[in-house]
Amino acid sequence: MSRTPERLDAFPTHHIAGFGVRAGRPLPFGASRVPGGVNFSVYSAGATGMTLVLYRRDAVEPLAELDFPPEFVTGAVYSMTVFGIDAEAIEYGYRADGPFEPEAGHRFDRQQVLLDPYATLLHGRDSWGGQRRPLRSGIALDDFDWEDDRQLRLPSQDLVIYEAHVRGFTRHPSSKVGEPGTFAGLVEKIPYLKELGVNAIELMPVFEFDELDNDRLDPDRGEQLRNYWGYSTVGFFSPKAGLAATGRLGMQADEFKNMVKQLHRAGIEVILDVVFNHTAEGNELGPTLSFRGLDNSVYYMLTPDGYYYNFSGTGNTLNCNHPVVRGFVLDCLRHWASQFHVDGFRFDLAAILGRAPDGAPLPNPPLLESLAADPILRDCKLIAEAWDAGGLYQVGSFPNYHRFSEWNGKFRDTVRRFVKGDEGVAGELATRLLGSPDLYAGRAPTASVNFVTAHDGFTLHDLVSYNEKHNDANGEGNRDGDNDSASWNCGAEGETDDESVLALRARQLRNLLLLLLTSHGIPMMVAGDEFGRTQRGNNNAYCQDNDLSWVDWRLADTNADLLRFTRAAIAFRKAHPALRRASHPRGHQGTGWFPEVSWHGEQAWTPDWSAGRRLVAAMFYEHGPHGHDCVYLAANAHWDGRELELPGLPDGVAWHLFADTAQPDGNDVHQPGAEPQLTGDRIWVEPRSTVVLVAKQTDVEE
Amino acid sequence: MSFTTKVHSDDGVVTIRLTGELDSRSAPSLNEVIVEATAGTVRRLVLLAEDLTYMSSAGLRCLVFAHQKLGRGVDIVLVGATPEVAETISLTGFDRSLVMQDPVER
Repeated sequence: MSRTPERLDAFPTHHIAGFGVRAGRPLPFGASRVPGGVNFSVYSAGATGMTLVLYRRDAVEPLAELDFPPEFVTGAVYSMTVFGIDAEAIEYGYRADGPFEPEAGHRFDRQQVLLDPYATLLHGRDSWGGQRRPLRSGIALDDFDWEDDRQLRLPSQDLVIYEAHVRGFTRHPSSKVGEPGTFAGLVEKIPYLKELGVNAIELMPVFEFDELDNDRLDPDRGEQLRNYWGYSTVGFFSPKAGLAATGRLGMQADEFKNMVKQLHRAGIEVILDVVFNHTAEGNELGPTLSFRGLDNSVYYMLTPDGYYYNFSGTGNTLNCNHPVVRGFVLDCLRHWASQFHVDGFRFDLAAILGRAPDGAPLPNPPLLESLAADPILRDCKLIAEAWDAGGLYQVGSFPNYHRFSEWNGKFRDTVRRFVKGDEGVAGELATRLLGSPDLYAGRAPTASVNFVTAHDGFTLHDLVSYNEKHNDANGEGNRDGDNDSASWNCGAEGETDDESVLALRARQLRNLLLLLLTSHGIPMMVAGDEFGRTQRGNNNAYCQDNDLSWVDWRLADTNADLLRFTRAAIAFRKAHPALRRASHPRGHQGTGWFPEVSWHGEQAWTPDWSAGRRLVAAMFYEHGPHGHDCVYLAANAHWDGRELELPGLPDGVAWHLFADTAQPDGNDVHQPGAEPQLTGDRIWVEPRSTVVLVAKQTDVEE
Repeated sequence: MSFTTKVHSDDGVVTIRLTGELDSRSAPSLNEVIVEATAGTVRRLVLLAEDLTYMSSAGLRCLVFAHQKLGRGVDIVLVGATPEVAETISLTGFDRSLVMQDPVER
């Protein structure tokens, strides 16, 4: 058997602090296993010296401190291979020497042991809410048996995205999983997701964050609230240990990879919600964890006198378009796409990613251009939350390079206002149903990620059950959270046993779901909305690590009809290419029955979107390799019912009823493919209800 | 604590008894033992784990190593793993590389 010859660089040339070492390799950054040891590489433009600090796992005091000799420095990169250490058994950090001159942007502090920005594991929060130890960098074993797994590369127009919090999804006892609140727990719910029909799961932050980083108190119980959502990243390359059942063993990366692999086997893509607009270090009063001590003036947008710009609303703003930070963000996303087979990213407060170091919006932001053109990221979905907390609102104008889709906040607002009965919204709703061609002209409908609810704001149930937010439990006297939710409680605030109110809410929920799932673009829903999850009126549950946020799976039984309705609506979308267009409608194509979209009203072919009408009726048509596909949608947000004339169909084809949200539970929806035929050429649409029809061959009489 | 192995081969069934702690220090030696023991024709690799007190992330990788070395046609059976080891293997998906069995009477 032949053996690979030993490498010349597999032996130490120096001894420092008791360890055999040699000049390391600058690339890759971070800590990587090499023959005989570990290669460490970290960069700092402003540091005057650097020390590698090694610890045994869980030890309080360092095992050794190794100063980088000058001959181990290449440019601004400090690299050293340390021999004879066991990657599994150590933790590490760095001390960076340099000036503390805040007004000049420098905040070096040799007393602090800093996290490696490229650390693939972080130790110190090994289980959720567990003992608080100093955070330290660790080294993940990066090999994994992927078998033949790869990114699924589903066509964007076919996606149905399901937004979920890893912990909240299975933490409630009713989830009945073996390891509640973890990646492994989520794996146990894959059969449920498959049956629901969603084919992409968008995970709220999974990069290591500190859930204990929240000073506010629960006003009733006096307990410290948590940072439950985790939009405050500590380790950008490390999956959060507290979200893994095996975090205490340092195997969170393996558990995460297994989750991705199992989701892929079920045909479900994995999209990560990534937070590159700020870090967990806060402003000048916040903790020094990593970036501030390594190169404050590089990583953060600073005012001329050295304070932090705050376009994120959290104290600091990552200096995304600095060339070094661009490289860092790109390395990070490549890591998740290549090492973890992640299918896409949703960028939190993405408008910040288009700002210059002085905060000015850039017309051609280098970071976004790099991400859009990157070869490793080519098959990743890129989704921008196209606004920030500094007032930059870019829905429809985000620098997209034909790669970035956007969370379409205007879809959310328009659908909410239409369904609750606001005047003069019908015309705008018509545009939103088509994938918002007003915002995305020259692009595909998939530029628009359509949603009615997201983690941020009311749940779908609460949207039809509360006029006002009820955020007292957040400890800020109900001052936090959005004040303009365009919600309507249907006649009573919150819990009620008034049958007429409950019936109207049930109908409104279905109206919202149907409009979401019949619109062109990429629909996104929030975990639990399919069976009426409530946050009891809280529209900003970022700190609620309890049953207010956790998905209560008992509701799947209580609201089984709503769940069945949602499943059918997703299946209907999958069955109808006319609803999943890859391009904006272009009118009549010369062949086939109809234009690709047409508008109707009380009279067929005659829409009436005047202010008081509150009615939108549309026919979506596609003539493709599978034949004719034709769907009719009528949404009546008025308190009076309407009789509508239906567009005529060719001989041998008739309208069949898929859904009527005014029908009682059980008859509100029919299984796709088994829709009953309608008689006559008119339909009655009840007050505040939505009807969806499909054109099919007439039933053959025996 | 040290790690030792004891190999027994019989008509295409290779049995390796594992004793002690299997971690990143001992994993390379187990990989070598697996390579040597399976040099001939192998139908089945049995790993006896009742006396294995600890298996780390690197230790688990020996299972995948064996799986990849022997190919999909060869059964790899892990017998008598402690509940903690067994749970770790399944939570991280390594159980898809092998069959886990309760210990049999010796």
